[in-house]
Amino acid sequence: MKNLIISTAPHIRKDRSIKEIMWTVVIALIPACLMGCLIFGLSAVRVLLISTCSAVLTELLICLIFKKNITISDGSAVVTGVLVGMNMPPVIPWYVPAVASFFAIAVVKMLFGGLGYNFLNPALAGRVFVMFAWLSAMTTWQKPSPPEWFMKFFNLPYVDSISTATPLNIFKYHGMDAVVEFFTSKSSMYKHLFIGTVGGCIGEVSALAILIGAIILFIRKIITPLIPFFYIGTVALITWIFGGNNGLFTGDALFHILSGGLLLGAFFMATDMVTSPITPLGQIVFATGAGILTSVIRLKGGYPEGVSFSILFMNVLTPLIDKIFHSRLLFNIIMKKKNKVV
Amino acid sequence: MNWKIFTNGIFKENPTFVMMLGLCPTLAVSTKAIYGLGMGIAATLVLLGSNIFISMLRKFIPSKIRIPAYIVVISTFVTIVDLLMAAFLPPLHEALGIFIPLIVVNCIILGRAEAFAQKNGIIPSMLDALGMGVGFTLALLLIGIIREFLGAGSLTFEMLGKGFTLSLSKFDPMIIMILPPGAFFTIGLLMGFFNYLSILRRKQINKEGDK
Repeated sequence: MKNLIISTAPHIRKDRSIKEIMWTVVIALIPACLMGCLIFGLSAVRVLLISTCSAVLTELLICLIFKKNITISDGSAVVTGVLVGMNMPPVIPWYVPAVASFFAIAVVKMLFGGLGYNFLNPALAGRVFVMFAWLSAMTTWQKPSPPEWFMKFFNLPYVDSISTATPLNIFKYHGMDAVVEFFTSKSSMYKHLFIGTVGGCIGEVSALAILIGAIILFIRKIITPLIPFFYIGTVALITWIFGGNNGLFTGDALFHILSGGLLLGAFFMATDMVTSPITPLGQIVFATGAGILTSVIRLKGGYPEGVSFSILFMNVLTPLIDKIFHSRLLFNIIMKKKNKVV
Repeated sequence: MNWKIFTNGIFKENPTFVMMLGLCPTLAVSTKAIYGLGMGIAATLVLLGSNIFISMLRKFIPSKIRIPAYIVVISTFVTIVDLLMAAFLPPLHEALGIFIPLIVVNCIILGRAEAFAQKNGIIPSMLDALGMGVGFTLALLLIGIIREFLGAGSLTFEMLGKGFTLSLSKFDPMIIMILPPGAFFTIGLLMGFFNYLSILRRKQINKEGDK
């Protein structure tokens, strides 16, 4: 009984297993992966396969070396691997996703004690590590090349010069007008961004597919809407207020929501159970902080995209947020009532 | 007995990986293997000189002002090494820059003076200085090799115009490894690795003891 440690409330009472949760997340990621593979072709399949295999193999190897129970069947390594792959541009040397997955599993997850002990979201940490290791490879984008039936099926207006730059890149270096000009009109821009026929990472381009995945997660009650709602809401609010060229309240919030990795980050990475706060109030602080950081980086920072940095930053703050908002709830309410009675 | 004092600094009390002393130069100058080697040798020379002199003077230095006295001794040797390096190895001197004068405040040197030289005779102090210096140099060299190999994609050893280069042509260099985070990753992982080895060894010794 020595190993049984009981922490203070709140306890989560659920009879679902890690296995069930993780494989549901994998299923929820499939639409976005499929969409990425359709849009970018075989190169995207290759990246996803490499990253997933590398993650699973790394976990297997580390379990064998340290003589732990082999935990690859619980699916958490697969989730990390797929997420790493989804965070990579489709054209990239093979070793970049492999090293990213290795770093995510070996350094961020297993060395800190395995599933449940990682202090950062492993997939994002892996992405940021290779981002600083091979910056030029990580910012070389592939032109989206969807099959013809795909364009017809979604009735997409054809854009003659779909370039390799991501919409956020164009926004950063040439401004909002250049983005609209690039897609010929605003409605065409939203349509392309929503379906996903733009340059970007494999898993982040298609807002539609990510939303389908998010709905699966909501229905299966794996994530609560709190973090995504406040995260996306904060970004929308700040980019609407400060994002425009013609003074306050002229920014294009919808563009900022649909482009880049915001939706993927908000639904699949900021909601990671291990690295986000436990209490609702803490989650609101976490999500709002991430939203502020993302919009500040996008509008004022040196990088076109700030989702990964902002989530990682708030991951590091999570223990602090938990400390501030943790024990107050139930305990203090009880104490207050007692005091009134006395 | 004396041999143990020497190996103590290399393995059991390695300044970088076990005692975690002198991490500032370790992090800063280990971007290249040759810088690590140069820094290690410079620190070893200073450590040797200061340990010998402090051990010789240990009965004359009043304990209340021993730290300033040590610093005077150490800075003398640092100045000697600094000027020697500027004269004979100007490129290395330029690359190491401020970190050569900063050896004065390197905690390995002050630490060994405080923990060893002021309590022991000249010969043990000399051996201790050599052991610690070799341990520090090997650690810096190892970190430098890893960081240079991954971060620059090649490994160059060149001193006084002679040397060789090994290169890794199939991979692009990982820039992060020559940036500060790379130093922390390398040192952290190596430290973990050496701790793991020592845990394994202790287990083995315990098992043999049980038999």
